[in-house]
Amino acid sequence: MHISEGVLSWPVLASGAALAAAGTAVGLKKLDYDRIAQAGILSASFFVASLVHVPLGPSNVHLILNGVVGLLLGWAAVPAIVVALILQAVLFQYGGITTLGVNTVIMAGPAVICYLVFAPMISKKPRIAVFAAFAVGFFSVLLGGIVVGLALMFTEKNFFEVAGLVVAAHIPIMIIEGFVTVFCVSFLKKVQPSLLPGSLN
Amino acid sequence: MIQETFAIGSSPMHRMDPRLKIVAATVFSVQTAISDHFLTLITALILGVAMVILARLKFFLVLKRLLIVNGFIFFLWLVLPLTFPGEAIFSLGPLDYTLSGVILSARITLKSNAILLSLIALTGTSYLATLGYALNQLKIPDKIIYLFLITYRYIFVIEQEYQRLIRAARVRCFEPGTNLHTYRTYAYLVGMLFVRASARAERVYHAMLCRGFAGKFHTLRQFSFTKSDLVWAFTLSAGLMFMGYLEWMKTTLF
Repeated sequence: MHISEGVLSWPVLASGAALAAAGTAVGLKKLDYDRIAQAGILSASFFVASLVHVPLGPSNVHLILNGVVGLLLGWAAVPAIVVALILQAVLFQYGGITTLGVNTVIMAGPAVICYLVFAPMISKKPRIAVFAAFAVGFFSVLLGGIVVGLALMFTEKNFFEVAGLVVAAHIPIMIIEGFVTVFCVSFLKKVQPSLLPGSLN
Repeated sequence: MIQETFAIGSSPMHRMDPRLKIVAATVFSVQTAISDHFLTLITALILGVAMVILARLKFFLVLKRLLIVNGFIFFLWLVLPLTFPGEAIFSLGPLDYTLSGVILSARITLKSNAILLSLIALTGTSYLATLGYALNQLKIPDKIIYLFLITYRYIFVIEQEYQRLIRAARVRCFEPGTNLHTYRTYAYLVGMLFVRASARAERVYHAMLCRGFAGKFHTLRQFSFTKSDLVWAFTLSAGLMFMGYLEWMKTTLF
């Protein structure tokens, strides 16, 4: 989920950058020096996971997994996602310098919100945990799509249809991300529960 | 495979001081993004093309990159002219293909591609490690540079790990399709990636501590701002000022 360079107006770009800078500052503050290696290598995995294409009907979509990164890193997901976005911009020119802020809000904002809302439920009974995991995957994409839509609409009110199409196009991805997150969380619960929030570590 | 496609070379763009490249790419992107007049945007596009030509990159690779990144732009060309109110150029049934939509799409296309080309020519022609150290010298905090460098260091490792897992799945006759089995397999695969990454991070961090790591990667490399960098700085500023002049001229004229 990226907005390309050159689409948005400067007030939208500037507010995105300001929000992203504040979020990154909070994330960095909450990230101790001895957890940076962990955050960095998880950020690298997030980067690689976003290259994984899963089939969807005749086409395919790539995983986003910002929700899972939020669960694993909490607030530290913001700097981790910023770094992954810079790498994507320099390596593939997906996004760029002026849109770095807005794209960070699109990806990291929902990650943090889902972490704050659903993380406490992940360690509860399996039925609640499955629901929470699905919600993390689903809402991290839905909220991202809504931010994309809002960014477009604040740029130009006639972008309404485009914004709607963008959100609609993400509906199948939300469902896939929901399922993938459920399976991913249940896997982590079995294999290494200490990675998930709410465990004693 | 993840590759730094454009970083190899010895052109003037590759030799430029990376600190200058970062500053130039930032100023150029911002100025292009906030400009609106066609003359300014065409100038920006010409500057972008000129920089890519000077970087002596493989034409085919640049074209391929442009085509991939322009996906969203193609979508805008389809949707914007149909949804914008205004004078119709031609009609598709009940839908009008409007001039105002075409103008907006053209403006976005110019902006987007000018910025893209400048990013390929400026930041794309340095290795990410170099850019990391250059960013640090531009006063970006140590902590985020440390995070950046370690992420860069490990994307290649993790990518290989992912390839290994996928190969193992294929050996077990895994055929991806649109079904839950596929999503479960990918989810487990990614979960495994996270588990291994976390275990690796612990080992790596301990090894770093053993070697006396104190929160910062040091480099022996000194960046030098040479005379040719000075010439570049002047040329680029002149180009940017010309763009600013065009933008200002237009607003005063109309």
